[in-house]
Amino acid sequence: MSAVAEYTRKDFSSDQEVRWCPGCGDYSILAQVQRVMPEICADMNLKKENIVFVSGIGCSSRFPYYMNNYGFHTIHGRAPTIATGLKVTRPELQVWVITGDGDGLSIGGNHLIHCLRRNIDVKILLFNNRIYGLTKGQYSPTSEFGKKTKSSPLGTVERPMNPISVAIASEATFIARAIATEGAQMRDVLMRAARHKGTAFIEVFQNCNVFNDGAFDSFADKKNQLEFTVSLQHGKPVIFGKDGQKAIAIRSGHGSIEPQVVNVADVDPSEILIHDEASPNPALPYLLAQLETPEFPVPLGVFRAISRPVYGDMLDEQVKSAQQNQGKGDLKKHLRAGETWKV
Amino acid sequence: MPNTTGSGAKSTDTAAVTQGKGFIEIENVIIRFAGDSGDGIQVTGAMFSDNSAMIGHDISTLPDFPAEIRAPAGTLAGVSSFQLNFSSFDIHSPGDQPDVLVAMNPAALKVHLKELKPGGTLILNHDSFDKADLKKAGYVNDPREDGSLSGYSVFDLPITSVCVAAVEPIGLPKRQAELTKNMFTLGLVCWMYDRPLDLVNRRIEKIFTGKKALLADANKIALQAGYNFADTLEVFTARYSVNKIKLPPGEYRRITGNEATALGFLVAAELSGRPLLYASYPITPASDILHELSKLRHFGIKTAQAEDEISAIGMAIGAAYGGCLGLTGTSGPGVALKAEAVGLAVMAELPVVIIDVQRGGPSTGLPTKTEQADLLQVIYGRNGECPVIVVAPATPGECFDMAIEAFRLAIKYMTPVFYLSDGYLANGSEPWLIPDLDKIPRFDVTFPNGDNGFIPPYSRDEQTNARPWIIPGTAGLEHQIGGLEKENISGKISYDAQNHDLMTRLRVNKVAGAVKSIPDLQVHGEEKGDLLVLGWGGTYGSIRHAVENATEKGYSVSCAQLRYLNPLPANTEKVLRSFKQVLVPELNLGQLSMILRAKFLIDIKGLNKVEGQPFKTSEIESRIYQLLDQPQSRVAGV
Ligand code: SF4
Repeated sequence: MSAVAEYTRKDFSSDQEVRWCPGCGDYSILAQVQRVMPEICADMNLKKENIVFVSGIGCSSRFPYYMNNYGFHTIHGRAPTIATGLKVTRPELQVWVITGDGDGLSIGGNHLIHCLRRNIDVKILLFNNRIYGLTKGQYSPTSEFGKKTKSSPLGTVERPMNPISVAIASEATFIARAIATEGAQMRDVLMRAARHKGTAFIEVFQNCNVFNDGAFDSFADKKNQLEFTVSLQHGKPVIFGKDGQKAIAIRSGHGSIEPQVVNVADVDPSEILIHDEASPNPALPYLLAQLETPEFPVPLGVFRAISRPVYGDMLDEQVKSAQQNQGKGDLKKHLRAGETWKV
Repeated sequence: MPNTTGSGAKSTDTAAVTQGKGFIEIENVIIRFAGDSGDGIQVTGAMFSDNSAMIGHDISTLPDFPAEIRAPAGTLAGVSSFQLNFSSFDIHSPGDQPDVLVAMNPAALKVHLKELKPGGTLILNHDSFDKADLKKAGYVNDPREDGSLSGYSVFDLPITSVCVAAVEPIGLPKRQAELTKNMFTLGLVCWMYDRPLDLVNRRIEKIFTGKKALLADANKIALQAGYNFADTLEVFTARYSVNKIKLPPGEYRRITGNEATALGFLVAAELSGRPLLYASYPITPASDILHELSKLRHFGIKTAQAEDEISAIGMAIGAAYGGCLGLTGTSGPGVALKAEAVGLAVMAELPVVIIDVQRGGPSTGLPTKTEQADLLQVIYGRNGECPVIVVAPATPGECFDMAIEAFRLAIKYMTPVFYLSDGYLANGSEPWLIPDLDKIPRFDVTFPNGDNGFIPPYSRDEQTNARPWIIPGTAGLEHQIGGLEKENISGKISYDAQNHDLMTRLRVNKVAGAVKSIPDLQVHGEEKGDLLVLGWGGTYGSIRHAVENATEKGYSVSCAQLRYLNPLPANTEKVLRSFKQVLVPELNLGQLSMILRAKFLIDIKGLNKVEGQPFKTSEIESRIYQLLDQPQSRVAGV
């Protein structure tokens, strides 16, 4: 911590009545964000009025109303576009996008991928509960194959998409994942996202206890975390399990690259995968993104954090260099461009 | 008589002929091909001037050979040209000023540009515009980049390379393959003016016979290739032409509607003191606005090519939320996609401007043809009671003024504003009196601050009913807005039925109240009479010309052009009621008529067509005569 905190958690709580269902995972995320904000402000020398939350539609998107910052609850799927317009014209603001699996990956999928590819300096929190909550329980693009819901009584016939894979394919420069209820994990990825220059994308596993209760229990439940999750640490071996007995190794040969769970004791340390979040090569984070229970632990933490030029900075740079090369625009001259004549 | 109809048309009095179902005006198109004497210009020209009897009188040509037969290639002295008058009717001369200039190199451009009609089409062979070519022609700057071509519709196309690739299967030597490029350009032009190719094909066959049959094939392929190229390019064809009225004194330049639109929004940013973000998705015929504004980084203008239409308006809304000028532009199909976001801007009460350069619809419709059928879409095409201000320039030059007007109103009333142009205005050009910037009133924006305590986000200005433009970054005024219904004043989410009714009416009344800030409708001609011809947007020229013709013949008829469609000017009803009959010509099936009838219970007469072309003066005139040629409505003594 570089500075004394100017704010406390209370400064980030609005007086609007929170309307999520009791027990909803959204409460944890709200609490984590409110808790980490004073730290982010102190760390980045930010004023609270310079932080803006922009959301789309869905349970998650009510979020801005509960933060005591500037907030804009927009329309379904479009939050990244509004955040882009805001950030590009007001680069001094720190802009957060709050979205969900339906909002961000279904109706707003196009905007999400383009926001990521452009590397707009906004922070995207995607609350993934693998269900449509606000519309009362239809399957979402992240619902597991065959899921039975109100709109799929016989089970879905659609394969789910993986938000981390989508982010990697979209050339995102910061990609992370956390469990809503894990304070330390959430704090860590939120801080890192805030500091990242460029689009930061965080998938948060969030339990919808009304329409999809227990969706993540197989690994996110306290008793399962040790065996079924792995915390990614840059430059460190990818190990998990009680006392770090297990590890991920990469087996390759005959045109295939396969991750494998190994016992640390049984293998040479050089065989264990070392996590490199800074690698420009997307293959490793992609491979990690594919790890799923029950065969593999679910990776959490930062998958990727690379440095690339930011859209808004480059646009500002174009303005600056155009003014240097052509001189600051002269309206009177510009109106007379081309041939003019007097009557 | 001034001429306001299609390119190169003679005045209606002499040219209108009765043919079948009514008046049809002669439309002749004059095309000048110019290039190096080595470009085969003469060969092509000769093909047409040879023997016009072969194809009748519908094509006539005027060749112009260079004086020096051996002038160096690429120089001004080496330019040769021929002119071709393409008509749907008998013609006896090759015409004077060309409507289309095909310049195969910079020298040809330099020699012939000055004769091209204002707003004319300029086709350049991109393949011969490199530095050396420009230098040979004596150009210091590239005329394509320094504004010299403003006011024309420019197509800078890789003619040689596309053409050579097209005729490749024939297996001609390179030199001969290149010579077919003239046929390629002719193909382009045939597409633009809806001319069938068979006429030219027959001519080609007649000329290249026997051993030269291979050349006939090559030229026919090139012709077809040019035609297809234009088809995929979405070349816009309806051109605005200008009344030859006496211009007031001042300094002039040529300007197209899209250029004036871009300039107007640039100046709006200056007058408001706020930066402009233009976010747009490419679409015919609005893309030129994106191109124009993208050149203006040195003015601090930011542009973004969005991933889709919705994103484009989202970005504009984001900019407006942050206190900047949020602008997006599109055509009808894009407006449909943006509708939900416009609703958000209405609900959040943010000043966003949406340009709609209308084209033929519905769906993809006629992308390169003009129409005015988006009026109801922009006024009503959203869910809920969703009022917006709508303005519509009437001439290419006026696009400048109405662009400024759009932001002035958007900011004053904190509301989205639609700016309705059309393909005809956008691509048309006219001499434009360069405005004195110091005389245009500024509308500097000041944002509220938190010095005097919290300001509720939905409190309202007593005069305008606008809510305060409180922007992120203002300490102490933090609040949340969004698309959910807001409680009056506090801006908190509210599902209360009474509040929703109140808020709906507040938003509607706010927009209706903008009438206080818009000028009265001006009548051209007598203030009272037998007939008022009321138009809106780009129909201005033909309506005015028709009304002047009719007045000259002694009819009691006046005209007026609406530039504000929502709200309508305060005196609209009074003006309409001052005439025995009201005629509303529109390039749709009666959208403004419907609104006027509903609002004022006046039996509006319509003149409607959706043929992708602007009104011809004669069409409006004949409707005027039809309505007035009853003994009782004819002015006595005429
Ligand atoms: S429906 Fe589910 S996601 Fe929505 S608030 Fe209730 S518990 Fe949370």
